[in-house]
Amino acid sequence: MTRDQSKLFYAATHEWADIEEVDGVKFATIGVSAFAIEQLNDLVYMDLPEVGREVNAGDELGEVESVKAVSPLYSPVSGEVVEIHSDLPDQLEDLNTDPYDFGWIAKLRLSDDATVDGLLNFEDYEKQCSESA
Amino acid sequence: MTIENSTTPLDAIHRREGAKMVPFAGFDMPLSYTSIVKEHHVCRSKAALFDVSHMGRLRFDGEGSEALLDKLLTRKISDMPIGGVRYSLICNEQGGILDDVLVSHLETPSQQRYHLMVVNASNREKICSWIKQLLPEFPRVTFSDRTEITAMIAVQGPLAIEVSKRLFHFDPSRLKYYNATITDQFSKPVVVSRTGYTGEDGFELICRCEEAPRIWENLLLVGRDAGFAPAGLGARDTLRLEAGMPLYGHELTEQVNPLTAGLRFACTFQNHDFVGSEALGAITSQETEFVRIGLLPESKRPAREGYLVFDSQGDEVGRVTSGSLSPTLGRPIAMAYVRREDVEKGGLEIDIRGNRVPAEIVKLPFYRRK
Repeated sequence: MTRDQSKLFYAATHEWADIEEVDGVKFATIGVSAFAIEQLNDLVYMDLPEVGREVNAGDELGEVESVKAVSPLYSPVSGEVVEIHSDLPDQLEDLNTDPYDFGWIAKLRLSDDATVDGLLNFEDYEKQCSESA
Repeated sequence: MTIENSTTPLDAIHRREGAKMVPFAGFDMPLSYTSIVKEHHVCRSKAALFDVSHMGRLRFDGEGSEALLDKLLTRKISDMPIGGVRYSLICNEQGGILDDVLVSHLETPSQQRYHLMVVNASNREKICSWIKQLLPEFPRVTFSDRTEITAMIAVQGPLAIEVSKRLFHFDPSRLKYYNATITDQFSKPVVVSRTGYTGEDGFELICRCEEAPRIWENLLLVGRDAGFAPAGLGARDTLRLEAGMPLYGHELTEQVNPLTAGLRFACTFQNHDFVGSEALGAITSQETEFVRIGLLPESKRPAREGYLVFDSQGDEVGRVTSGSLSPTLGRPIAMAYVRREDVEKGGLEIDIRGNRVPAEIVKLPFYRRK
């Protein structure tokens, strides 16, 4: 499967969310955008959330650490963590080449009131990045 | 009001190379061009070019320059021959460190002698005003801030000297470590010194702004086959940390004296009165309460500046001043100030974001070139 970047939702804080519906339940797979990975430069550590944790959109899910600094990872949506990509912290170099497929971080079951209203579409996100670069 | 950052004469080249630029001490500086880790390895294995034009370059001409510098600096300078370079500190009356500097004694082709002092970018204004306060005592000294009309490039790495030979009218391998000379490049004077801030062999050169882009591009051209590449401030920081070198604002502040910082070698106490000598002289025979040490945290995550150090009983005994992943060792390293008695006892732990992680004490530097 190759995730289509242009169909994802993006937080202004650079996390992406891929939302899908399975048997009437909505899930979001989340990760960090290619732009942010490039800006972070040389990742050394990633701290994953625990399965079962419930978060609101904008809550801190974990931390990403580069040679230079520690950056918080925010949840782009509200929901419960149902799956985490536990191999990822040992293969952070792969995030550079494949942030949207191999680079998924966690899967959340969206809460009933979850929305994507605060998120950006691909075009708007690209615009934000080109303005800050 | 917005205050625009200054740019170095190499700014356009950095942007063309796609460098990530960051504000630093009032300048837009390259943080990295590709990756901090890659640039770090280039410096350790081949040679890297650094734009260090943000560093302050201050010149002292005229009779009394040596007397002024002897008063200003913790290390005696008046007995330094032409061509010499010395590392020294500038302290306040209480012995607190105002800056750490390199001073060179130079002679122009027309036989004019002068001293050149390189200061930290973040301290340049403070040091300039400090010097101006001393100037009335030394009326024949001409003091000039040359930072804005010159540029500074560091070429660091095992291949730096050998490969750059072709570019100079003299053989840089004949320049001894911590020596400097003035040569000419396209008929313009260039100061070359065998110094650096990476733990590698290499040199630093100071030229007029307008010559800097041509010299930079020529260095990359002669070094291309040997694997030279530009490196940013990110790699400069990981390189100096591995080399155990203190950085102002981190290991060195006005609250730290040279003895605590482990920089006794940069102070001359015999027959040398300088600002701070009285306060420092009074404590030279005592052991300092804190010691600057190297730590190897047993974790994947680096310890960062400000993280606290604890003893085995859980009492706070020190603080990390710099920490990062060491690209050469492939593990986190850190420098810290820790109470002397606890350094002797060992069994230290660092609080890394809520986890107490054991940390082995190691002798600095973490890396020494072969």
